Amino acid sequence: MSTLMSGARILVECLVREDVDCIFGYPGGVTLPLYDVLYDHPIRHVLVRHEENAAFAASGYAHATGKAGVCCATSGPGATNLTTGLVDAMMDSVPVVAITGQVTSKLIGSDAFQEADTFGITRSCTKHNFLVKDINELAQTVHEAFYIATTGRPGPVLVDITKDVLQGQAHYAPVHEIHLPGYKLVTEGHAGQIRRAAQMMWEARRPYVYAGGGIIAAGASPELQELVEALDAPTVCTLMGLGGLSSSHPNFISMPGMHGSYAANMGMYECDLLIALGVRFDDRVTGRLAAFAPHAKVIHVDIDPAEIGKNRAVDLPIVGDVKKVLTKLNKHLKELEPTMKESRAADRAEWWQVIRNWKEEHPLQPVFSATEIKPQHLMHEIDRLAEGRAIVTSDVGQHQMWAAQFIRFNEPRLWINSGGLGSMGYGLPSAIGAQMACPDKTVFAIVGDGGFQMALPELATLVNYGLNVKVIIMNNGYLGMVRQWQELFYNNRMSSVELSAFPNVELLGAAYGIKSRIVHTPAELQSALKECMEVNGPYLMDVRVSQYENVYPMVPAGGAINEMVLAQPQPVAVPK
Amino acid sequence: MLVTLSILLENKPGALMRVTGLLSQRGYNIESLTVARTLDPSLSRMTIVVDVETRLRPHLMKQMNRLINCLQANDLTEGPNVVRELVLLRVRAAQENRTAILKESEIFGARVVDSSVEGYALEATGDSEKLDEFIAVMATYGEIEVTRSGAVAVSLEPKKLRLSPPIPKAQAEPVATHK
Repeated sequence: MSTLMSGARILVECLVREDVDCIFGYPGGVTLPLYDVLYDHPIRHVLVRHEENAAFAASGYAHATGKAGVCCATSGPGATNLTTGLVDAMMDSVPVVAITGQVTSKLIGSDAFQEADTFGITRSCTKHNFLVKDINELAQTVHEAFYIATTGRPGPVLVDITKDVLQGQAHYAPVHEIHLPGYKLVTEGHAGQIRRAAQMMWEARRPYVYAGGGIIAAGASPELQELVEALDAPTVCTLMGLGGLSSSHPNFISMPGMHGSYAANMGMYECDLLIALGVRFDDRVTGRLAAFAPHAKVIHVDIDPAEIGKNRAVDLPIVGDVKKVLTKLNKHLKELEPTMKESRAADRAEWWQVIRNWKEEHPLQPVFSATEIKPQHLMHEIDRLAEGRAIVTSDVGQHQMWAAQFIRFNEPRLWINSGGLGSMGYGLPSAIGAQMACPDKTVFAIVGDGGFQMALPELATLVNYGLNVKVIIMNNGYLGMVRQWQELFYNNRMSSVELSAFPNVELLGAAYGIKSRIVHTPAELQSALKECMEVNGPYLMDVRVSQYENVYPMVPAGGAINEMVLAQPQPVAVPK
Repeated sequence: MLVTLSILLENKPGALMRVTGLLSQRGYNIESLTVARTLDPSLSRMTIVVDVETRLRPHLMKQMNRLINCLQANDLTEGPNVVRELVLLRVRAAQENRTAILKESEIFGARVVDSSVEGYALEATGDSEKLDEFIAVMATYGEIEVTRSGAVAVSLEPKKLRLSPPIPKAQAEPVATHK
């Protein structure tokens, strides 16, 4: 089959073949041919209000579905605006395919109107990128882009297409194979290593599972649960891995790391075998590396060989898809169970007792007050409504940490946030992407008053598409996390962190036609949240929380993971 | 420490940028870089000499190998290998020095590629230290102008090249193009 088609039509044909049902984008001069095809095409195009948010929305879509999220921007400023979203997807290993227009081939390099070196600029923002100047390479390239974005360690891939390619005509025939000789995928895991891992796991006295975003990317939650239950091992899920093991599972402790719970971090410190699955030993988890899990042997399973031994020396590395590796590993664990389980029972009971003691000593508990809304209280109330089943998105900062601490995620793909890059303004657009992907799910966008203002234009998108996103602004009047660091490490000299002149959200909501409410007191909180759930459509809630609440526990930067600051140090810093 | 990397990569626009990008993002300065296509014109072979923090060498190699355009990246620094460089040198020679320059060139195995009233253009190959010396010696005869190629290296141990085979694309039902 070969049909004469325009480049734009070939592109859309390829998108259809990649099962794309939704694109987040913003049109412009050089993408006009593409938008002309999209005009009456069944693929939905969501018109965001800023290209950065197109990338964030595509990331939210990808997080919620596991499929590639697609975003689209024009040349020059459109493409440069995408970059933060691409780096974000890179850091969190999210499959995003970005399509950008480029000026006509002949004009490249001539400082043409809206020309930017997108290919060069996004080299380091993407897993891989392409520049298409020949229409005959377009179809192959688009399919390669999707293949690279969604296989191995997922990541963003950008395809920059010149206007003459989009406008030109060529014979299109479906692509039959992908050939990327240098794209080395190791998925199966070394059989001998897997066998040895099973042996080590049974032999350990204090095993500890450290599960990350890789579990979710690989869809390995059932296998993880099987492993955890077979070994009866305590388990922590990283910020990116929350929901990988249900937060309601008895073996789940909490998130570890800088703002992890006391028990989660002490467990990391005291375990004798760290079973690291789809994680990257991020500095926000490990604290000072020399003092991280100092008594433990480490088994590290990851699909990216470059992660093995990057930060922490590994005793037993397994490169492979964590789902495939765990499936095999679970078989070996089962085989060894009859000879090992009984002899380990006493050790395990002792280990759990230690962990229970830590949990009792310093439990992770929400804080309440009768006079002001504590941010933890807000998260607690949202958790009650979400019941571990709602999609929750967030920006970066205090609200993100409290949400991660107090909201349960009983399934994977519910918790969507900017982890590695820590991009403000991620919560609202990613909620748009998630809501487009899962129209039947409740989606909360929990944002700070800072991040909210970075994503403000997307309120129009919510209205435009009638998206049922509950935007909950945790408003403490400050860039809370930066203020917390200024308080703790810079003598409370609050430099440029006060966000005064925050708009009146009720007027703002009215201006956009979004139902909205400002909540001042703890007494109103429950009814307000109930009201927001009853509204079918977007809702904007400005929750005024305590201004100077800090996130604890906290491992100060460069500190050891077992040396947490558990509560406000004395004397309490006095705000100016 | 100075390391010598040999990289086989696809001969495509931007492939070089991806390799050098991994080095420049860490603030590493490239001492020399040579690149040319191989017997298979769709591939290039690159030799890079670069100053790398010793501790980060293995990680850097893994990241090089992760590049989709990179078929194989090897660190040749420690294994058995041959490293050669070429230098083109012009030396301004006074009449009384000309014979001496030719004699000296012979010692270094250099060839005369041009001779004129002003002096000679010479071509020499060898390892970098030998060429340093050659240049130093020539400088004693008069004003010189030097162009060096940078190192090219070949490993003397066989390296297995593992390439990913083509992946058949699951053929979706032909989609009726929307009118």
